Amino acid sequence: MSTSVLFDAPGPRGRIRNHALTVISVIAVGAVLYAVYRGFDNKGQFEGKIWQPFLQWETWDFYIIPGLIGTLQAAAVAAVLALAFGAIFGLARLSDHAWIRVPAGVVVEVFRAIPLLLLIFFIFYLAPMVGGGGDYAFMAVVVGLMLYNGSVLAEVVRAGVHAVPRGQSEAAYAVGMRKNQVMRLVLLPQAVTSMMPAIVSQLVVLLKDTALGYIIAYVDLLNTGFKILPARFFGSLIPAAIVIGIIYVALNMALSYLATWLERRSRRSRKTAARPVAAPGAAEVGVAAGQGTEGGGLAPDKPLE
Amino acid sequence: MHMRRMGAVLSIVALAGGLAACGGGGETYATVADKIAGGGTVVVGTKWDQPSLGLKMGNEPEGFDVDVAKAVLKEVNGGKDVTVEWKESASSNREPFLQNGTVDIIFATYSITEERKGKVSFGGPYVIAHQDIMVRKDDTSINTPQDLKGKKICKASGSNSYKRITDPPPDGELDIDATTVDAANYSECVQKLTGSNLDAVTTDDLILAGFAKQAGGNFKVLGQGFTDEKYGIGLKKGDTKTCEAVNKAVATLWSNGTMKTLLDKWFGGIQGLNLSSTAPPAEGCA
Amino acid sequence: MDELIKYAPDLGLGFLENVKLSIVAAVASLILGTILLAMRVSPTPVLRAAGTFYVNVVRNTPLTLVLAFSALGLSDQLGLVFSETPLTNSFWIVAMGLSVYTAAFVCEALRAGVNTVPMGQAEAARAIGLTFMQSLTMIILPQAFRAVVAPLGSVMIAMIKNTTVATAGGFLADAAAVMKITFDQTGASIPIFLGIVVAFMVLTMPIGFFTGWLSRRLAVVR
Repeated sequence: MSTSVLFDAPGPRGRIRNHALTVISVIAVGAVLYAVYRGFDNKGQFEGKIWQPFLQWETWDFYIIPGLIGTLQAAAVAAVLALAFGAIFGLARLSDHAWIRVPAGVVVEVFRAIPLLLLIFFIFYLAPMVGGGGDYAFMAVVVGLMLYNGSVLAEVVRAGVHAVPRGQSEAAYAVGMRKNQVMRLVLLPQAVTSMMPAIVSQLVVLLKDTALGYIIAYVDLLNTGFKILPARFFGSLIPAAIVIGIIYVALNMALSYLATWLERRSRRSRKTAARPVAAPGAAEVGVAAGQGTEGGGLAPDKPLE
Repeated sequence: MHMRRMGAVLSIVALAGGLAACGGGGETYATVADKIAGGGTVVVGTKWDQPSLGLKMGNEPEGFDVDVAKAVLKEVNGGKDVTVEWKESASSNREPFLQNGTVDIIFATYSITEERKGKVSFGGPYVIAHQDIMVRKDDTSINTPQDLKGKKICKASGSNSYKRITDPPPDGELDIDATTVDAANYSECVQKLTGSNLDAVTTDDLILAGFAKQAGGNFKVLGQGFTDEKYGIGLKKGDTKTCEAVNKAVATLWSNGTMKTLLDKWFGGIQGLNLSSTAPPAEGCA
Repeated sequence: MDELIKYAPDLGLGFLENVKLSIVAAVASLILGTILLAMRVSPTPVLRAAGTFYVNVVRNTPLTLVLAFSALGLSDQLGLVFSETPLTNSFWIVAMGLSVYTAAFVCEALRAGVNTVPMGQAEAARAIGLTFMQSLTMIILPQAFRAVVAPLGSVMIAMIKNTTVATAGGFLADAAAVMKITFDQTGASIPIFLGIVVAFMVLTMPIGFFTGWLSRRLAVVR
């Protein structure tokens, strides 16, 4: 048992108390798990019959994989667009010209404030009125994700550039660089490194939010896995939810670990003078990907023990 | 540095490309009939979550509506196969999809009603279904539509069936005091029927028959059809040319026995289901 | 503009449901999130593992799935029923799903706050002889709380925006659902959309300003 700064290694009585707590919590957690198990079992959720479909290749081939492709397609296109949007508007907000800075700021603030589902609905209904007939589910999801996540990323870019110590740009100006050279050669390369973790964790948010497409009948993993699949295999609703839940969690955890790894790497790296930045609303974003907490401080992830 | 600039250029190209791709394009046709004649890809809306009517299997849905769609389009095209793109059209999306041109034509358990005629045009009807009631197998308290008083029935988004129970004519029928439970679609209704949040699903007998078959004996259909639901072929409002073409095709398919074969294929041998064997009277395309 | 005025009563009632959902979810998620934090910093490995598992699973699952599963899975299939009235039942189901989801983020925000307290503070506290409880209550938590205000504000703002996903949980009475139903009648209407957006901004912006102001006022100068 490692010692913490907060208290000494527990003595005999402390150890007994800790053991007692462990036993009680094992019982409590066990009781909760058992209650859940009984609840499921009573409703016959562990019958082989309803799990059977997931052992058949057809289920994956017909429903889960096409849905997963739909989800990944929307996420990939939206991610590229959101990054472009974020770069353009983030830099625009840093402009010295008010006529660029202010409108960019308004756009970013407004799209961050709109509930994403409302935005997607609106685009879904507006697009056919503007662009004529067609299927706009994919476009509505992608554009909605781009506008919202792009706006958040714009803030990340701004914060990233601000996180580079002032001395860097002062030095660059002192050696005679022009404004765009300072940005291009000095600030951005350092900022990008410090922004990486925040960007990746925003991409986790984006990937998760593709599931909103389900509501406008975009063919994504939730649609094929949670609506059509249970209609095809009656009774398999809960197994389906568990299976596609695991897929979503695995995808996002993989991305989150990438974010943590990038953050650790960027903290070690000497190439940047900037500290890693958290996205605005770090709790919603940066922390969301399970990073930003292993730095220093009392890091309860390495528990207070 | 070059790499970085390349990246920026590429993302802008991607942005432009992405937006252009969304614009669709290709040739435009005045009506769906012209599109079929011109060899274009016809976007057909069906249900994707209703067994025996339209249920997605792999890349294509399958079921009665799907087969009728294929047969009608082929007939309209003078016996040649038509390239079809299938699109899910839930009850709640049918009118906007036709108005927006998301789909060209809809075969999705689409009852012809006066209210809907204001928004879309209907070809057909190609078959007549009757509203019926499905309950849990062990439920003995509901035997007739009148027993639904005080019970919880499903209200699938965009579907009219619940009105036949709860509202008086002309929109409704029975004017019974039942509680409605919101659901996104009928497959959700059927999922809900498993628990205690719902007592009955009431909609067309063909839909219920498909679900009952799928659920393998958990539910029973009362077999008390009490309305005539004329299943129409949904078209964009005012597309009279296509409407007339599909009406002719439907008439042919009934007279050469194709419809009967398809009905037997999907619904044959189900107890308490009265399959019509003659063509439903055609409605004009005005 | 006419459309907005015509449908304003319906939309207003829908928005009221979002407000009610927000209030319930705010209270429930703060309580549940604090319990989760306590689990994650507890000296008991089992509780820590359970807390970490919960947070990692829930925050990596789309809210749409959480709500759809709460409604179709927990309520319909497994028989978790709050009320015999369908609309009330789906309200509570959605409120529950939203709270369970937001709690994971509340826990993370609280944890991030505790992390902002530098190690040296705890070391100094120990050096002058404070016990665990004393250093926690007199040194760590007071500083952590200040750092938590702004992130917690962001979590609450995100949660309020997330109330629009209630549709996925079968609660078709909130502003987003009413907007969709209205759009089915009118087509996309810019005034209606902007009206709802402004309503949400009126709700979220003061929270952002207030928590921002409060955290600046309370900020520990280092």
